[in-house]
Amino acid sequence: MKNFRHYEEVATLTLDLEKCVGCTLCTQVCPHQVFEMDDHKARIVDFNACMECGACVNNCPTQALNVTPGVG
Amino acid sequence: MTETPFLINEGNTPAKGLSTQGIQIMSAMPTDTCGDPGTEVSHEKPGYTLCPWVDDFMETPAGQVPQIKTKLTARDWISTVQVRCGINRHRYTVAPGLYAAGRPHAGSEVLVTANFKLTFDHLRTQLADINAWILVLDTKGVNVWCAAGKGTFSTRELVHRIQASDLEERVDHKRVILPQLGATGVSAKAVKDLSGFRVVYGPVRASDLPRFLKNNRKADPDMRQVTFDFRERIILTPVEVQIILKPALITALVLFVISGMGPGIFSFGSAWTRGCTALAALAAGILSGAVVTPVLLPFIPVKEFALKGIISGSIIGIPLIVHLSGSGISFAPGLALFLFILVISSFLAMNFTGTTPFTSPSGVEKEMKRYIPAQLICLVLSSGLWIYGAF
Repeated sequence: MKNFRHYEEVATLTLDLEKCVGCTLCTQVCPHQVFEMDDHKARIVDFNACMECGACVNNCPTQALNVTPGVG
Repeated sequence: MTETPFLINEGNTPAKGLSTQGIQIMSAMPTDTCGDPGTEVSHEKPGYTLCPWVDDFMETPAGQVPQIKTKLTARDWISTVQVRCGINRHRYTVAPGLYAAGRPHAGSEVLVTANFKLTFDHLRTQLADINAWILVLDTKGVNVWCAAGKGTFSTRELVHRIQASDLEERVDHKRVILPQLGATGVSAKAVKDLSGFRVVYGPVRASDLPRFLKNNRKADPDMRQVTFDFRERIILTPVEVQIILKPALITALVLFVISGMGPGIFSFGSAWTRGCTALAALAAGILSGAVVTPVLLPFIPVKEFALKGIISGSIIGIPLIVHLSGSGISFAPGLALFLFILVISSFLAMNFTGTTPFTSPSGVEKEMKRYIPAQLICLVLSSGLWIYGAF
């Protein structure tokens, strides 16, 4: 999927590392491998691949993740 | 002795339905055209028809469960092609609830899916050698990812369906496997809190399920990645075209009206002749925006879909205009048609963002704000040039 890219720096994804408990669920549900685990915390490794589908936000047990996609 | 009184038995050999006196009786009767009643159990019920994908029913402590076929029949294939062309696309459903693949037992996995028949078919055809429960959610005939986005493949529906199908009484574990793309509509934590069942996110594609289950419910990185290859894109184009048929028909009518405008206020003759030329441009725009651009998507070297549409629209439009100028069309109407092709192609290409699995709503909003004004200006310019060309 690396050859499928839209605008850069438009996604509204945010990750609050303070709240992250390292459950790895976001790395499992993200369809574009935006996250990786790094020292028991999630890390955004491919921000521009985010399509704001909300899978990570819905499944984060501590509300460490957020997206506000609007109406698109 | 247990033989029937009508059979004449020679010696001690048991009767096989043939007598030595030339009389054939029972199953070997050659004149019997009434058909064999057979030994198969009928599942008929007054007022119901049996779904063709159901093979049999199995008894469980909590009641009967339909066992599904894991192979598609010719009928399934025909309806798949129809749905891919947009025929009956919104009424292609499977009844929500619990089904069985093979002969699942209390320890078997529970695979959750949507009640869009195409989705259900994708899943069941992967389960030929697997004994598993299939829990079909009511997604109103929509696939998993779209339904998750629209809120029908949801925490609420999953919890409801777990309870409504007495899952607790049928399995001795507390685990359901969801397709990964269902995660957009489901909160694993909320499902656990509300139903006691733990959500395990399986692979994106049903075709990876056998490997996922063999791996002890671990997904390899490639199972977690959405793809959008050539085949996946081309299979979407008939529905892309079908969706715009109605607006295209209205546009065509408007084209005929505009084409009739001229020095004599309105001429039916030129409405027809010029209208047909404009219609060709509309068809070229649709072909370019809804077929060529989606299929060649990654090969058109710009990011913006509207721009991709302009590029493929030019490639199709230029030869068409050159051909028309050969048959005597002048500069102003030629330019009008060319602009019209670009507008249609650009708009439809942008519309395709809604089908792709990688654009974000924020990105699409940005692109629309940037390109819709330009598309509108070109449309007005094109109409003006086309009417001007009639004078």
